[in-house]
Amino acid sequence: MGGSESLTWGARIREQPFLFVAILAGVLLVLDLIARLAGVEIPMIGGRTFGGQLTFGRFRGLVWNGIVVGLIFGLAGIGLSMTYSILNFANFSHGDLVTTGAFTGWGAALLVAGWGTADTGYLLLVRSGSGPNVNEIGGSIVEAPLGIFLGVVVAAVATILVTVLIDRLVYKPMRDRGGISLLIASIGAALALRYVIQLVYGGSNRGVTSTRDVETELLGLSIDLHEASLVIVAVGLMLGMHLMLQRTKLGKAMRAMADNKDLALVTGIPTERVVTATWIIGGALAGISGYLYVLERGTIEFNLGWFLLLFIFAAVILGGIGSIYGAIAGGFVIGFVHEVSLVWIPSDFNAAAAFVIMILVLLYRPQGIFGGVTTA
Amino acid sequence: MSVETESGGPSGADDPSSDEPTNVRAVLAQELAATDFRLILVTLLGVYALFAVFTFASGNGMGALKSQYTRLSFLFAAYAVLSLALNLQWGYTGLFNIGVAGFMAVGVYTMSLLSTPPDAISGQGLGLPLPIGIVAGMIVAALVGLIAAVPALRLRADYLAIVTLGLSEIIRLTANSKTLSDWTIATFGFGTGGGSGTDLPARPTNTLVETYYAANNTLAQRAAWVIVMLGFVIAIYWLLVRVGNSPFGRVLKAIREDELVAQSLGKDTRWFKIKVFMLGCALMGLGGILWQGSQSYVSPDSFRPIVTFYVFIAVIIGGSGSNTGSVIGSILFVGLLFEGPRTLGNIVSSAVNLGSPPGTFAGAVEPLLVFNFAPFLAFLIDNISAFRFILLGIVLVIIMQKRPEGMLGHRTESAAAIDLGRDTPGGTTGGDHDE
Repeated sequence: MGGSESLTWGARIREQPFLFVAILAGVLLVLDLIARLAGVEIPMIGGRTFGGQLTFGRFRGLVWNGIVVGLIFGLAGIGLSMTYSILNFANFSHGDLVTTGAFTGWGAALLVAGWGTADTGYLLLVRSGSGPNVNEIGGSIVEAPLGIFLGVVVAAVATILVTVLIDRLVYKPMRDRGGISLLIASIGAALALRYVIQLVYGGSNRGVTSTRDVETELLGLSIDLHEASLVIVAVGLMLGMHLMLQRTKLGKAMRAMADNKDLALVTGIPTERVVTATWIIGGALAGISGYLYVLERGTIEFNLGWFLLLFIFAAVILGGIGSIYGAIAGGFVIGFVHEVSLVWIPSDFNAAAAFVIMILVLLYRPQGIFGGVTTA
Repeated sequence: MSVETESGGPSGADDPSSDEPTNVRAVLAQELAATDFRLILVTLLGVYALFAVFTFASGNGMGALKSQYTRLSFLFAAYAVLSLALNLQWGYTGLFNIGVAGFMAVGVYTMSLLSTPPDAISGQGLGLPLPIGIVAGMIVAALVGLIAAVPALRLRADYLAIVTLGLSEIIRLTANSKTLSDWTIATFGFGTGGGSGTDLPARPTNTLVETYYAANNTLAQRAAWVIVMLGFVIAIYWLLVRVGNSPFGRVLKAIREDELVAQSLGKDTRWFKIKVFMLGCALMGLGGILWQGSQSYVSPDSFRPIVTFYVFIAVIIGGSGSNTGSVIGSILFVGLLFEGPRTLGNIVSSAVNLGSPPGTFAGAVEPLLVFNFAPFLAFLIDNISAFRFILLGIVLVIIMQKRPEGMLGHRTESAAAIDLGRDTPGGTTGGDHDE
């Protein structure tokens, strides 16, 4: 029995040697992590050590950051995944929809939070130009909860409008085209949108959130209220997506279309309406994720979403493109890798590590973790 | 039956030196080759004439025109090399590579590591002769292409796009890493310079210009390098026409049209794709060296993904699948979309006094309410670089919607090795670009 088992193992290793190496490396990293947390340090060649020093507090901080960032990737990824499965193309303008939501939402939030402290144009354009600083405006969940909440709504609505407008102008005339044509058109749409945003809001990177009193103690834990509201909103939206897909007629129609477009047409599903609904939901989630991302990191710039795009793609591919649960799970993994990899590698490379994970998954499981299941 | 313009029969393209056409086919082939050449020349002269008008209209003299022409020609040549390479991968074979900037970076950085003198201030190299650096840069770019292609070719077409984009970002982040640069300098004695960039070996033509023409004439040195680059463009064009017309090239086109059919005819399509991907990546590495590597200094910022999209736009304007189209697309892209708006903005701002531009969009829009358009116009001209990107995006979308085959992208190829008919100019029977 043991002999035959070892034989199958041997055969498996020979079949996929790189996968075996990857698994081995993963196991080593976990062991190393445990050693670091335990404070064990074993010297190795070249001044490197196995294990080392890592406080539990720092590790917990990294994991928490991973979860927060992962929620953003996952939330933005849902829309990308849906458009990929229903419209059959990789939408490169998705990242700039994230930016659209961030700017429009924060324009509204700052307008409410800082009403009276500065002129309307300055606030609405998210502190473009010169004017009062972030603390004078006071855009935080503590000082202006209504403004922050309104920002979420405005981010969603404005991004939906932009998304639907782009669909009408760019993608609708090209519905019958193949994925690569649409992909190239989406690169054009992304460029145009990104630099319209730059033209309107300016190119500078600036702070928008006030962080006074945002850290509080709750049940003995130190909690950043901005991160907490991000988690609550994001998880709420993800649950909403789950219910929408499983319980509503629209969700059923979406799943049907993702599964087989022609069959959906034949069975009388109003495909064009489902497509519009896809854009609306995807756009809203992208916009809100951009808004929440800025809430967490505090600064905003015009190519924020573009920098996120590859991570979002990584998350979506990792989870299996087309599956929203996959997008959420993939987002967590990519966010986790992005943050926790800082234990081993300098911060020059943590983004590269996330892309490497994406490429590795594409190589060994191109259908992703949740592969084969589309929009379900 | 329309034939791709530059594939005008094997004899004409292969043997341009034959002065005496011996038969009807050779005459036809030469004529077609001449048509191609004429197309490129007319486009080039048109753009040059346009810029002469621009320069004189903005009140500058011959001196400004000379340096403007050198700059234009430099960019034409740089984009032509890259778009020819991309056209080989995408236009001929349908491999959607959006990591052009990454492969350029591999070429330039390999060249830098090998050929930069060890006493350079930022970053350090081994100081080997330049040709070794250039060839090694191409080889390493091809090998990185191999690493990307072997696994990614099993996947869907758009996955290759995402993988190559991710790879090019990994390459840029690697070049940007200070940690890596410090470590390699300490361990091996050479480094990439990290985010602050690295010195590069001087152009070999510089010393020639200094010896035979004039010392310290930077314009002449740049012009001399442009001539070298044009030589490379012609050589690569010739090479790719040869490749396209060879049996190898016909397999590539077959793969682009229908990979399954090519497979069922007994072709190992994966191996063909890998070879062509490597060749294209080597040429992209060369393009990077000719362009960024010729400028005495390079930093990772020169290899942002936007560079890839520039090259893509050039290929799409010209029409994927046509080498002539790639060259013409590069000329039009650089002339009309890249350099044009800025020059036009200079003319407008020097001709009309619009007052000082408002600092923010709000300041520009407010006067519109009382129908005062000057501040808005001044704002647009002040932000002409952003405006240029918007224009690029819109042009890209419009081309994909209205004319996805570009200017010369004929997708119908003659199956026969000999020329069966004359090309109908602008005749397009091909479908769209989806593969």
